[in-house]
Amino acid sequence: MPSTAFEYAPAPESRDIARLKPSYGIFVNGEFRDGRGEAIKTINPADEEPLAEVAEANAADVDDAVAAARKAYEGTWSATSGAERAKYLFRIARAIQERARELAVLESLDNGKPIRESRDVDIPTAAAHFFYYAGWADKLQYAGLGPAPRPIGVAGQVIPWNFPLLMAAWKIAPALATGNTVVLKPAETTPLTALTLAEIIAECDLPPGVVNILPGGPSVGQSIVDHPGVDKIAFTGSTGVGKMIQKSVAASGKRVSLELGGKAANIIFDDAAIDQAIEGIVNGIFFNQGHVCCAGSRLLVQESVHEEVIAGLQERLQTLRLGDPLDKNTDIGAINSSAQLARVRALADSGDAEGATRWSPDCPLPDRGFWFPPTVFTGVSQANRIAREEIFGPVLSVLTFRTPAEAIEKANNTPYGLSAGIWTEKGSRILWAANKLRAGVVWANTFNRFDPASPFGGYKESGFGREGGRHGLTSYLESEGYLAQ
Amino acid sequence: MPSKVKTGLSRPAKTTPNKSTAVARQPATGERIAVRKTYKLYIGGAFPRSESGRSYPVYDRAGALLAHAAQASRKDLRDAVSAARKAFPGWSGATAYNRGQILYRIAEMLEGRRDQFAAEVAAAEGLSDSQAAAQVDAAVDRWVWYAGWADKYAQVVGGSNPVAGPYFNFSTPEPTGVVGLIAPQDSSLLGFVSVVAPALVTGNTVVVIASSQRPLPVVSLAEALATSDLPGGVLNLLTGSVTELAPWLAAHRDVNALDLTGAETGARVALAEAAADTVKRVFAPAEFDPLAEPGIARLGAFVETKTVWHPTGV
Repeated sequence: MPSTAFEYAPAPESRDIARLKPSYGIFVNGEFRDGRGEAIKTINPADEEPLAEVAEANAADVDDAVAAARKAYEGTWSATSGAERAKYLFRIARAIQERARELAVLESLDNGKPIRESRDVDIPTAAAHFFYYAGWADKLQYAGLGPAPRPIGVAGQVIPWNFPLLMAAWKIAPALATGNTVVLKPAETTPLTALTLAEIIAECDLPPGVVNILPGGPSVGQSIVDHPGVDKIAFTGSTGVGKMIQKSVAASGKRVSLELGGKAANIIFDDAAIDQAIEGIVNGIFFNQGHVCCAGSRLLVQESVHEEVIAGLQERLQTLRLGDPLDKNTDIGAINSSAQLARVRALADSGDAEGATRWSPDCPLPDRGFWFPPTVFTGVSQANRIAREEIFGPVLSVLTFRTPAEAIEKANNTPYGLSAGIWTEKGSRILWAANKLRAGVVWANTFNRFDPASPFGGYKESGFGREGGRHGLTSYLESEGYLAQ
Repeated sequence: MPSKVKTGLSRPAKTTPNKSTAVARQPATGERIAVRKTYKLYIGGAFPRSESGRSYPVYDRAGALLAHAAQASRKDLRDAVSAARKAFPGWSGATAYNRGQILYRIAEMLEGRRDQFAAEVAAAEGLSDSQAAAQVDAAVDRWVWYAGWADKYAQVVGGSNPVAGPYFNFSTPEPTGVVGLIAPQDSSLLGFVSVVAPALVTGNTVVVIASSQRPLPVVSLAEALATSDLPGGVLNLLTGSVTELAPWLAAHRDVNALDLTGAETGARVALAEAAADTVKRVFAPAEFDPLAEPGIARLGAFVETKTVWHPTGV
């Protein structure tokens, strides 16, 4: 283990900045009130201490929210011009920027992710999404979707816990820009930033019912999906739940877009700039503790550079700092929940059982909270569970290849197809590999980049529909398929 | 001579369709006996009979026997999917210009056999000669329309994305993969072409279940495909019972998308539910008018947007 020349002094953000309230409710028809479901405590995954009590929604609250969204859709919102809708969205973007620090701290408290990431990625990108789609609201007739594309109606949206505010922005911004109204359910373990967003939306004077936010568990999600008053479902989450949603709306004629799981291959060719590639590998799988559907969780290394890459990667991982998410020096935060930690542990244990070799840096874990060290498995075979199943944690599975064709074959050998990475200095090889990879997002000599102008979404069992960019509009318009999904 | 070869059957040529009798005409003494065609499946570029050995009678609208068509089985369907998967890398990897030329070539082949197809469509659909000819002409024109899209669609729906960082970022439509289609039940040729051509032109390979009651014109179409440089396996054609085959197609784990245009309303929900098990893209338009302006909705139904990032810098 390399010696550390200088110890880092702790540089924590103050949790007071988050302006936590003792309790939160649901946001329906422009008003906050207690949900009629279970009252749960949302906890800080870094120390398991309760942060706030949340009065969750139940099916009756879903009825109210859908009714409010319908009324707003048929009343005020459809009578609001694109230019006026745009200004509401610009307001929201600006308000998120104004309260960025508060939201970042709140996000790191509720989710466990390092403040560096919530501050530099989650919150600014969420604001950017509102800003981007705001500009579309009065330009839809120029989007190549026909002369007068129409909104779908009431959109039911269910989002995950890995990027709580950012996923809310990905869902709400395009829906409102295109003239739909929204009923959104944040994840049960991370409702707080979505509820602060509700506060922002109320302060921005959006008409009541245009956005409704219902914290709750899977039953609330199911009520939204099944609700006859909902015209469109947008879901981000696991492939298993995505399949159930696709099946349960088959009879209803609801429009659906699904952003599901992944098992991305990150391919390192022997002519790659190895130091840069190692940074890309680290960013690919350890960003956000690996709680990323497009994480580069399968590392495919060309055999001739395998030893060099693994040695360099191990050296680099020794320098990662795991601990307090609010500390600005922290690289790896907490696992979001005990349930997720159990899943990560079980899959990692299956790696041991199936004969792969586990390695983690010398990395003390805090006594309290949910923690898992950055972990690298070498000697992984294609058939191993850790090479096939989405772990959604800081666990990298390393496989090797000899020829470029073999790399592509292995990369595509998965039911998923969300993202992929390519590392090589040869331009023609990048374009060749990018063309062959069956994945919706391909990062070449970079990884895990996101931008509101860039379409995001999967092939195969990673889902369908795109979020971001002009393509993201199609998920919320009756466009008769003018654009590619 | 051509009038005898038209349908490969001895159905009276002059009889008005709705009044035709169910009795095959006896050839006059000394008249040449026509060579009848065996209507088979088209899988992987070959024309096999059903592995099940089954066939079923196909009648014209008046109830006269036209021919016995192959009645495909689940095993035939699996063979067809496997052929389509095998053909996918080649077809999706072909240049758009090449795909466009091949689709145009299909139009040329169809045009050259216009009379034959008109006769077969007339027999299958009970149309007058001029109505049937109009269907064939529209089908030819539809191949031409879609052929021209091959090297333009990506320009219309793809492009570069101005991301906020030092990256070049572009999006392009790519074929979804193997598409399973249930062809329209009424419009035997034009309907078939209208659903198949848009899936093919973007680089998908397809498995199509033909109209159960009117399968014969498209079996002949497969002959035109086989002589149009369309690689074997790119289009695989099954004739038989939609009711029997469609559930297997919808549930097949190596099919990426499903076009339910020809599935009856009552069957669609179960098929869409089966499709969800592998997150298939399901295209099930409420209405279908083969004579309407096609638009580009069908092109968008079976493509995936791929977005590629690369840093810029020195």
